[in-house]
Amino acid sequence: MGGYILRRLLSAVPVLLGITVIVFLIMALIPGDPATAILGSYATPENVARINRELGLDAPLWRQYLIWLGNMLQGDFGQSFALNRPVLDEVLERFGATLILAGTAFVLCSLLGVIAGTISAANQYGWADKAITFTVLLGISIPSFFLGMMMILLFAVRLRWFPVSGMWPIYGARDAAALISHLAMPAIALAVVATGVIARLSRSALLEVLRQDFIRTARAKGVHERSVIWRHALRAAMVSILPVLGIQAGFVLSGAVYIEIVFQWPGIGRMLVDAILRRDILLVQGGVIVVAACYVFFNIIVDVAQSLLDPRIRT
Amino acid sequence: MTGAFFLFSRNRLALVGGIVLCLVVLLVLAAPILPLTDPDVTNTANRYLPPLSEGALLGTDHLGRDLLSRLLWGTRLSLAVGFAAAAIAATIGAAIGVIAGFYGGRLDNVIMRGVDMLMAFPYILLALAIVAALGPGLLNALIAVAAVNVPFFARNIRGITVGLAHKEFVDAARLSGLSRPQIILTEILPNVLPVIVIAMSTTIGWMILETAGLSFLGLGSQPPQADLGSMLGEARAALISHPHTSVVPGVMILIIVMSINLLGDGIRDALDPRLKSGALSRPMAATRVRRQAPAPEPNLEGILTVEGLETEFHVGPRKLRAVGGVSLSVKPGECIGIIGESGSGKSVTALSVTGLVASPPGVITGGAVRYRGDDLIGAPYERLRAVRGREIAYIFQDPLATLHPLYRVGDQLVEAIKAHQKIGTEEARGKAVELLRDVRIPNPERRISDYPHEMSGGMRQRVGIAMALANDPEVIIADEPTTALDVTVQAQILSLLDDLRRSRDLAIIFITHDFGVVAQLCDRVAVMYAGKVVEEGPTKAVLAAPRHPYTARLIACVPELGGGRRRLEAIPGLPPAVDRLPEGCAFAERCNKARSACREGHIPLAQEGDRAVRCLFPEEAPAREAAE
Repeated sequence: MGGYILRRLLSAVPVLLGITVIVFLIMALIPGDPATAILGSYATPENVARINRELGLDAPLWRQYLIWLGNMLQGDFGQSFALNRPVLDEVLERFGATLILAGTAFVLCSLLGVIAGTISAANQYGWADKAITFTVLLGISIPSFFLGMMMILLFAVRLRWFPVSGMWPIYGARDAAALISHLAMPAIALAVVATGVIARLSRSALLEVLRQDFIRTARAKGVHERSVIWRHALRAAMVSILPVLGIQAGFVLSGAVYIEIVFQWPGIGRMLVDAILRRDILLVQGGVIVVAACYVFFNIIVDVAQSLLDPRIRT
Repeated sequence: MTGAFFLFSRNRLALVGGIVLCLVVLLVLAAPILPLTDPDVTNTANRYLPPLSEGALLGTDHLGRDLLSRLLWGTRLSLAVGFAAAAIAATIGAAIGVIAGFYGGRLDNVIMRGVDMLMAFPYILLALAIVAALGPGLLNALIAVAAVNVPFFARNIRGITVGLAHKEFVDAARLSGLSRPQIILTEILPNVLPVIVIAMSTTIGWMILETAGLSFLGLGSQPPQADLGSMLGEARAALISHPHTSVVPGVMILIIVMSINLLGDGIRDALDPRLKSGALSRPMAATRVRRQAPAPEPNLEGILTVEGLETEFHVGPRKLRAVGGVSLSVKPGECIGIIGESGSGKSVTALSVTGLVASPPGVITGGAVRYRGDDLIGAPYERLRAVRGREIAYIFQDPLATLHPLYRVGDQLVEAIKAHQKIGTEEARGKAVELLRDVRIPNPERRISDYPHEMSGGMRQRVGIAMALANDPEVIIADEPTTALDVTVQAQILSLLDDLRRSRDLAIIFITHDFGVVAQLCDRVAVMYAGKVVEEGPTKAVLAAPRHPYTARLIACVPELGGGRRRLEAIPGLPPAVDRLPEGCAFAERCNKARSACREGHIPLAQEGDRAVRCLFPEEAPAREAAE
């Protein structure tokens, strides 16, 4: 088991390097040169050349990449010019808020999606299946940002169940209850699409499994149908559901960008959009790399969970 | 039947989706000629007019612009960008996929590594990075959305192409001297095109959502030009005071994406043959029962009797009569063999006993199965469950497929015990070890924590037997339990079953296609053909003097050690399809003694002492001598 985890961690290294290359190349595409931007009206050819030399921009691209990579490995992601603070500090602080939001949504969509899909498969063509199938279709067709806005109108403005936006109350204690009441709507809005996708997939994964011989064996033993579905079939179906959960985690993380904007959640998605609009490139770069790296590690966790679930993978 | 209805209703939904989408497309195509006000003309005096106002059917926005006009023009833009992004992503992705899949080797490796790398990004990060580099704008958003979806198409199409690249027609094209680009264009492309279309139909809704999302963030279309996403983005500031400005574009996105998804699902379902054949429908907890006639009066004696059992498979309009009126009985301590070719209905008969036939498509349409005189056909689920494993237990073929692959064998045994006995897990574990010892598994304390894949075939089948014995059943139905095993293991398992039968006074129904096995174990044998018993009697008597020509031919198929140069006779032809059973004798087509009378009317199973045969002209002389 330990060896497996180690192998998986090592295999992440080239992926992470690849990600940095992609981000570096995309950023190198940016039209206009930083020296001119920095110097503004002082951009004489001599000054531009001097700044380029100072910033190392006259070096060949591969050397620039290595220097940039070396700095990042030492935790130096540069300075955000708009916020005037180190990129890494800002990114980590914002990422914490995103993790709370996306993590909650991920737990929600995994649980609800798998349960809904299982109920749907167990009652195939029954009314529960039809109701779930239709709800799922609605869920995967509605833009999450629009859903979020409608939820604000209904649950915050009309019914006053939840606060309209933000992560903490402006006045008052920053305790768990306050966080939960602020978290509820954005987390649900964020989870809806992924719940739909997971429910669909769980349904078909279960239907595949339910036709297999070992299900008949369980029934022949006299095992109750409830445990045939929830113990035997679901356990086997999880083998194909789990990788999809990994993929959906990426979608939840992506969707968080919209939800953070709609609900004014102080997360990394909002930071990235603001940074792009302000052309704060270093901040964009740092944010993208940290989130992508985090996602790669999350997928390793999924793989390890997969090997725990399926003893045939380990051997 | 409900399945077919659901498919139909599903396609009807797809039809609705298609119609709605067409209407929207027609409406926005007609936008330039409709009597609409200019979408960009501001009129701040008429800000935030509510819907149904005069001159503004859907009201106006924060600058007093007509929402209906903006909606139609915005929809036009959103649809165009979404379709364009899908087309670009599909074209580039398919090109990459076809090249990688067709050329293979290192090129494939490098390309697919790159694709995997791109897929390691949460998609929005990549899109944001691209927009950050190119700057906000609708065209750049389009490029970003297309780029993000290229890996998806590349990977799908590559998979298909790899499969095609080794097909005969591609080899033929190669041999005929076509160059590789020519082969790609003339042979590969036409075959991947449908796949590309399906992939597009399922992702296009998603791409419209993504571009709308980028515009919503202010990274897509820039004012005054507006697509649906940026309309929503602008309206968000007035969400609480004037919600209609948000609702109008939001609902439009919902309508478009939903109709596209409905249509896409419909296309996918229509092209998935598994859905039509019912291969994706779930088997219910017990086989459906629709008896056409009341259960027959009890006639046979035994702990378990099957009388006039009829089981059909309803696949679409076809009705396959897998079991057409089978009667059998078994007494305690007795072993009866059911023998027949595959498809003769012997397994379906066995599974019908406790309602284990997969349903749909299986339906029990007639007969009775009595356990201790109590009819199990149509019994409530709880009654069936109480019988399964407790009174009547099964041993199946191929225990690698029939044991749960992800649970330790010990846990599966414990579960079998606890399904019927109210005892603690520890006690059940002790019993499980005992059971494994009973079926002569060495080191049962250790093997109990093995997974099925860690055991040999013979050991797995012993676990299968132990599981059947877990609750001391009265009847064991063994469905080809030794077929997947090699000969020495087979002999061990058979002698184990024989011992257990004697020591526990078990009634065994043993299903096989092997007369050698029947001869070793069974007191009586029933020969099945095309869903009916064609001959029944004491094993020795049937083997020595088969009366039905089919039985005779089956016995002649068995090779015999030291039997000299006897010619092995395969039976010519195939059993009839069970949805087109001929009148009269089902074996007549393959029988060399068939006369015209054999093909007319029902032929009853004629009882004669302890033997019975379903034949108008049964064999008289012992077949063995005749065959020699």
